[in-house]
Amino acid sequence: MEDERIFSDICGGRLALQRRYYSSFCREFCVSCPRLSLRSLTSVTCTVWLVAYGLFTLCENSTILSAAIFITVLGLLGYLHFVKIDQETLLIIDSLGIQMTSSYASGKENTTFIEMDKVKDIVINEAIYMQKVIYYLCILLKDPREPQKISQVVPVFQSAKPRLDCLIEVYKSCQEVLAHQKATTTRS
Amino acid sequence: MVLKAFFPTCCTSADSGLLVGRWVPEQNSAVVLAVVHFPFIPIQVKELLAQVQQASQVGLAVVGTWCHRQQESEESLGHFLEGLGTIFSHNPWLQLCRERGSKFWSCKATHHQGPGIAGVSREDHVILIFYDQRKVLLSYLHPPTILPDGQARDATASSEGLAAIFDTVSRSEVLFCKDQFDEGPVRLSHWQSEGVEASIFMELAKQASGPVCLLVTCLLSLVSAASACRLWKLWPLPFIASKLSTCEQLHHRLEHLTLVFSTQKAQSPAQLMRKANMLVSMLLDVALGLTLLSWLHSNNRIGQLADALIPMADHVAEELQHLLQWLMGAPAGLKMNRALDQVLGRFFLYHIHLWISYIHLMSPFIERILWHVGLSACLGLTVALSILSDILALLTFHIYCFYVYGARLYCLKICGLSSLWRLFRGKKWNVLRQRVDSCSYDLDQLFIGTLLFTILVFLLPTTALYYLVFTLLRLLVVTVQGLIHLLVDLINSLPLYSLGLRLCRPYRLADKPSALQ
Repeated sequence: MEDERIFSDICGGRLALQRRYYSSFCREFCVSCPRLSLRSLTSVTCTVWLVAYGLFTLCENSTILSAAIFITVLGLLGYLHFVKIDQETLLIIDSLGIQMTSSYASGKENTTFIEMDKVKDIVINEAIYMQKVIYYLCILLKDPREPQKISQVVPVFQSAKPRLDCLIEVYKSCQEVLAHQKATTTRS
Repeated sequence: MVLKAFFPTCCTSADSGLLVGRWVPEQNSAVVLAVVHFPFIPIQVKELLAQVQQASQVGLAVVGTWCHRQQESEESLGHFLEGLGTIFSHNPWLQLCRERGSKFWSCKATHHQGPGIAGVSREDHVILIFYDQRKVLLSYLHPPTILPDGQARDATASSEGLAAIFDTVSRSEVLFCKDQFDEGPVRLSHWQSEGVEASIFMELAKQASGPVCLLVTCLLSLVSAASACRLWKLWPLPFIASKLSTCEQLHHRLEHLTLVFSTQKAQSPAQLMRKANMLVSMLLDVALGLTLLSWLHSNNRIGQLADALIPMADHVAEELQHLLQWLMGAPAGLKMNRALDQVLGRFFLYHIHLWISYIHLMSPFIERILWHVGLSACLGLTVALSILSDILALLTFHIYCFYVYGARLYCLKICGLSSLWRLFRGKKWNVLRQRVDSCSYDLDQLFIGTLLFTILVFLLPTTALYYLVFTLLRLLVVTVQGLIHLLVDLINSLPLYSLGLRLCRPYRLADKPSALQ
């Protein structure tokens, strides 16, 4: 079962949340960020090239122009490969674990997997971010040897930063899966 | 908990047969290691499993059946496979089925409730997880299977969570030794069934490493015996050796070589990595050293260097002389005590004169010495850099001497000043109690003490200035030497092998699963 809804992120940009329910214990949530806009790309390129042309008229050295082109291309490639995240996915499978994937605009994918033994709970937390107070979803990890203590807090959807309504949807689904898992663990 | 079945990706295209693996009850999961094909005799399959279990201490069993069929209509195969469930009884019994050429899989797991309730079985949901057997087997950092005190190797005690799965696969290596070209009673399918994977170079290297290690260990023991003989303990040789960084670096390298070529196998993956890192950094060192050697010995660079060395030393000495003349005048507008100034200045100038004569005396031999020293670069770039640092220390020895004189004078002055200051205030340092006590002095003691105190105070700027100047010079030399030593330490300790593994074969450094797809 698959459905898609439109939400917004903390700055007002448009986000799309895709939910896939594979079964009662396996769900996937995919948040897609807006793509690189042509307007911002053109403005940055024009600024860099105008500055380079200004330096060229001062120094009369044409290597500045070729260097500016080189820098623009390399900068764009680096930005697409290391900075611009297109999609963030959260896959939760009961009794196996939780996997978070970030896919960059150049196609690179970064995955992190957390075993279910280490997951204590999934909660929505508040944080002060610059001049705002925002909500974020995070996974609380426990050390298997000390089940009562929280050893780490792992935030999810860090670069997409959806608002509270989107987070509540994801939170409710995840809590259903975790409750199902706890029920089966106590039963077996 | 939902039942999980870990299935190797290499067996997805295998023919129908039995699934052989291990059942992990804590995780409620079955790890499939191989598929046994028809025809087989059940007794022989059980014998093989018992053999493997004895060799690897992993509880193997037949966990289910695997059916890879042409089309829907082969019902007889289905019945036959179900009948096998009664011969190899296992609870739960997995039944995986796949149509040839389609992506549709069907998984069933049945639990038998027990004798007497025939025909009633409970079915669970099954999650099928594919894992790459080759990568799991080749990754280094499993939980250690050999306990240090050699106690009974309990299969489940030390592994938690998904690491138990890794552990099972890696310990069943003996099951993967036979490939399909071996003539055995049982035909298996696993990641090495197309042929055992090995590389000629690695095998040759493994065979050759034994005698090579022995030979090198003998040579190294000879060298260390020679260096430990009584001749080197005569003073002042140990003192000089402790000051020279070349000796230290050579000692280091000898230690590394002994460790790498020791005839003992590495006890754990961490030790293996350490050995490999040392070997790779030594090879890089020697390669860089040989490059430097070839660069130095081409184009008569050594001659040019030797020719440039003497004028440079002269230039430094001249600059020092100018500095001392400046200090003997009115440096930075400060007014110095003329007499003390002249004494100190002349003393240091005489030193510089001696130094210049010494350098000129050595000048015919410089080229020869440099040529022989350049040869030492074939032992490694680190040795060459250490020698460079030592040469720098020797050439700036006069700066070190000036620093020592200036520091001693200053130290004496400060000691005297502090003691006389206490006298000035009527106090004394109590050595027994380690504190300042009041004391009543005689009049003549007070008079002479105050006189000396005044003299020392007025002589303070002169001594302090000399001390400051020479300390700064010494600091400069020490900084340059420190940078060279930093570079040497970097080459010594950078783990290049681990970095290379991380870039080229990251699955070897895994200790838990990294991604599901």
